[in-house]
Amino acid sequence: MVKQLSWKVGGQQGEGIDSAGEILSSALNRKGYYLYGYRHFSSRIKGGHSNTKIRISINPIRSISDELDILVAFDQETIDLNAHELIQDGVILADAKFNPTVPEGVNARLLVVPFTKIAEEIGMAQMKNMVAVGASTALLGIDADSFKEVIEERFARKGQKVVDRNMEAITRGAEYVRSEVGNSFTQFRLESSDGKKRLYMIGNDAVALGAIAAGARLMAAYPITPSSEIMEYLIKKLPEFGGTVVQTEDEIAAITMTIGANYGGVRALTASAGPGLSLMTEAIGLAGMTETPAVIINTQRGGPSTGLPTKQEQSDLLAMLYSTHGEIPKIVIAPSTAEECFYDTIQAFNLAEEYQCPVIVLTDLALALGKQTVEPLDYDRIQIRRGKLVGWDEELPKLENSELFPRYEFTEDGISRRVLPGKKNGLHHVTGVEHDQTGRPSENPVNRKKMMEKRLSKLKNGIDFDTPVYLDAAHEDADLLIVGFCSTRGTIHEAKERLEAEGLKVNHAHIRQLLPFPSDIMLEQMKKAKKVLVVENNATGQLTNLIKMNIGMAEKLVHFGKYDGNPFLPSEIYKQCKELLVHGHI
Amino acid sequence: MATFKDFRNKVKPNWCPGCGDFSVLAAMQRAFANVGLEPHDVAIVSGIGCSGRISGYVNAYGFHGVHGRALPIAQGLKLANRDLTVIAAGGDGDGFAIGMAHTIHAIRRNVDITYIVMDNQVYGLTKGQTSPRSEVGFKTKSTPYGSIESAIHPMEMALTVGAGFVAQSVSSDLKQLTRVIEEGIKHKGFSLINVYSPCVTYNKINTYDWFKENLVNLDQVENYDPSDRQLAMQTLMENHGLVTGVIYQNKEQQSYESKIKGFKEEPLAKQDIMISREQFDKLVAEFA
Repeated sequence: MVKQLSWKVGGQQGEGIDSAGEILSSALNRKGYYLYGYRHFSSRIKGGHSNTKIRISINPIRSISDELDILVAFDQETIDLNAHELIQDGVILADAKFNPTVPEGVNARLLVVPFTKIAEEIGMAQMKNMVAVGASTALLGIDADSFKEVIEERFARKGQKVVDRNMEAITRGAEYVRSEVGNSFTQFRLESSDGKKRLYMIGNDAVALGAIAAGARLMAAYPITPSSEIMEYLIKKLPEFGGTVVQTEDEIAAITMTIGANYGGVRALTASAGPGLSLMTEAIGLAGMTETPAVIINTQRGGPSTGLPTKQEQSDLLAMLYSTHGEIPKIVIAPSTAEECFYDTIQAFNLAEEYQCPVIVLTDLALALGKQTVEPLDYDRIQIRRGKLVGWDEELPKLENSELFPRYEFTEDGISRRVLPGKKNGLHHVTGVEHDQTGRPSENPVNRKKMMEKRLSKLKNGIDFDTPVYLDAAHEDADLLIVGFCSTRGTIHEAKERLEAEGLKVNHAHIRQLLPFPSDIMLEQMKKAKKVLVVENNATGQLTNLIKMNIGMAEKLVHFGKYDGNPFLPSEIYKQCKELLVHGHI
Repeated sequence: MATFKDFRNKVKPNWCPGCGDFSVLAAMQRAFANVGLEPHDVAIVSGIGCSGRISGYVNAYGFHGVHGRALPIAQGLKLANRDLTVIAAGGDGDGFAIGMAHTIHAIRRNVDITYIVMDNQVYGLTKGQTSPRSEVGFKTKSTPYGSIESAIHPMEMALTVGAGFVAQSVSSDLKQLTRVIEEGIKHKGFSLINVYSPCVTYNKINTYDWFKENLVNLDQVENYDPSDRQLAMQTLMENHGLVTGVIYQNKEQQSYESKIKGFKEEPLAKQDIMISREQFDKLVAEFA
C-alpha cells in the first residue's frame, strides 16, 4: 500500500492521452485523493509524442514528482522516452499491438495488455485509452464503479450506448490486469483517502472563475498558448451573466479594447502570454497614464520570441515590471496555486479600480495548465471594492460655463474620483498626453511634476493585497531561505521537507506581490537566513536581481535557474540546496 | 435640448489656420445637436496626430488614446455602455496605416459606432511625410523622389470587407458633412465616414480647389441608390474613389451587440456585478 504514486500515460498526440488522464484523475479526485497533473505536449494537434503525468496522494501535493511508478504506453516511443523515470520495479502497461520492449538498463516490469484489441472487441478502437485506465485501476486497487459517475457525465450526450461501452472498456482492462498479476499484488495499491469533496482544476480555470466572481463581464483576447483556456471558459459562461468575450484581431486590439471597456465602467480583462504581452506594452502605459483600471493575465511560457510555446518558463518577470516606456503606477501579482489564481484574480479587479492603474496577474505554464486539487472555494471571500468610482445614482454638481469635472484632481493619496462616460455633469477629458486636473493636455512643468508625483504616489504606501509573500518560515536562525514565485511553490515545499527531515533549518518565501515589491517582509526574512537560494525558471536570474535591487545582501543571494522548458523537480532543488549548504556555493 | 453650441468648449484647437479639421469639428457638433444628443451622451475616442486632438475640442466625453488604436478603444467603450453614442476619429495614418487591421476588423465586427477619418493624404503632425493615402508620385520629406507605393482606397476596401455604412465627404461642404455624420450616427452598426480634410501646410496637391474640381457629389447624381452595393463599387471605381455622400448603406445588417448571446439592452456598466451564491455554486460544481 502506498500514500502516493505517479502515473503517466503517453502516445501520439490525438490518441486520447488527455482524456485518459482526465477521467482517471476526475474519478480519483471525487474519491478524495489529492492530484497534480502535468501535460507534456507540443505545438501540433495530431502526432508527436505527448504525455500526461499525474501524481496521486492522500496528502496535499502541488508538484510533479521525481519518479514514476506506472507508465501506460500506446507506442514504443513512449517507453523509450519515459521508462528511465520509472522506479525500480515500476510497471509499464503497454499495448500488445506494437510488441513493446523494455529498453536496456530499465528495471521495470512490463505488462502487455491488448488495449486496442479489447477496445475493438467492444466496438471502437479509440476506446483503448479507457481500457488502459481500467488496467491502471487494477494496480491502484480502485474499483471500476468509481468511474461510473465521471463516464456518465462525460459521455451522456453521446447516448447510453457510448457510456456503457466506455464502462465496459474500463472493466475489461481491469479484469485483464487482475488476472495477470493476481489479487495479492499490492505494490501500487493506494491507501484510502479522506473522501472529502474538493475541486480539480487548472490555473486558467481558476483565473476565469475568479474573473466572473469579481464581476468581470467583458474579455477581449487573442488566442495563444497557454492562456486560451481562460477565454474559452469565459465565452461559455459570460453570456449567463450578460457579458461576452471578443476575439480580437491581435493583442493590441485586445488590450486597448479592455482599456476602452474599463473606461466605460465594466470590469474587463485580457489574457495572453509573452508574445502578446510584448505587443500590449504601449497600451499598458496608456492605462497607467490615463489612470484607467485594466486587468491583464500573463501565463508565462518559454521565450524569447516564439521560444518554447508549450513549455514552462518564468522569464517575463522583469518585462512585466518595467517594459512600458516612461514611468507609470502598475501592480504585478503572482499567484502560486490554482486556489490563489481564483482569489488573486478577484483581488486584481479590486486593486485595478482602487488604485486606478493596470494590474498584471502573472502565472506560468505549469500553473496555468497544471491540473491540481483545490480546496472548496469560499463564496464569502468574494468582495467587490471599486475605490473612488462615482456611482450612477450619485448626483454631481452642475458644471458651469463648459467647465470640466476634475477627473485627475490632486488628492492626498493621489487617487481621484472616477466618473464614467455617460454621467451627467461629469464631463472631462482623458488623454495619454500629459494633462491637467480636468484631463486637458498640458506641458506646464509645474503641473507635469505634480501629475507624475500624483500618479506614482498611489502605490507608494503599499497596496491592499492580502498576502504579498507566502511564508513557511518558522526558523529565526535559518540555514537557508528558499525564494520562488508562481508555480514552484509545491516543488520548493517538497525539497524543504526533505532537507528538514535531515535536521536542516530551512525557510520558504514565495513572493506573490512583485510590484510594488514587498521589501520589508523580504528584508526581514533574508536577515534570518545564512544563505538565500532563489529558484526560478529563467537563465538570467530575474527574481534574484530584483531582490538585489530592492534589498541588497548580494553576498547571501544565490540564483538557481532552469530554462530547458521543464518545471523543477523536487530532487533538483533539494540537491542544489545541499550543495549550497555544504560547499557554500552551487 | 442641446444646440451645437453646447458641444463647444473653451479649448482653442492647435490646428493650422485653414485646416480642414475645423469643419469636421463644426459638423460633428452640429450633427450631435441635430440628432438630439446631450453632451454627456457622447464619447469621442481619437487617435494620435493633428486630427487626433479633436476629442479634446468637443464638449463631450473624450478619450485620446494611442496611435492607431482609437477603434478597439471605442468598441470596448461601446460594449461597456451601449447607451453612449461613441465616435471614433483620427487621421488617415491612424486608420489606414498603423491601425488598418483594426479598421478592417471593426468593419467586420460591426459594433454600433461611427468612425470619422480626417483624410489629408499626408502626415501632418510629424511635419510632412507620406501617408498610405498619398498618390503615387507624391513628394514629401520621406518620399523626396515621389511615393512609389500605391494608395489605399478606403471606400472600396470597406465595401469588400462587408461594411454596412460607407460614406465620404469633404471639409468644404459643411452641410453634406453634417448630414453624413448624422446618418452615420443613426445607422445601427459600424459606420465609416472618410472626410477629405485638406492639410494646408504639407499637401499642396490635394487642396480645397483640387477637390472642388475633382469630386463628384452623389447627392446630385440622379437615381444613385446607396443600397446597391454593386453600383457603389462601380461608381467608386469609375471615379477613382473621388465621390462624396452616402456611398453605400445596408439597413438590414444587424449590429454586433444585437447578435451577442445573452447581451442585454441595459449597459454592462450599469448592471449589478455581484454573483449570487447559487450562481457561484453552479459554476464551481463543474470542477468537482
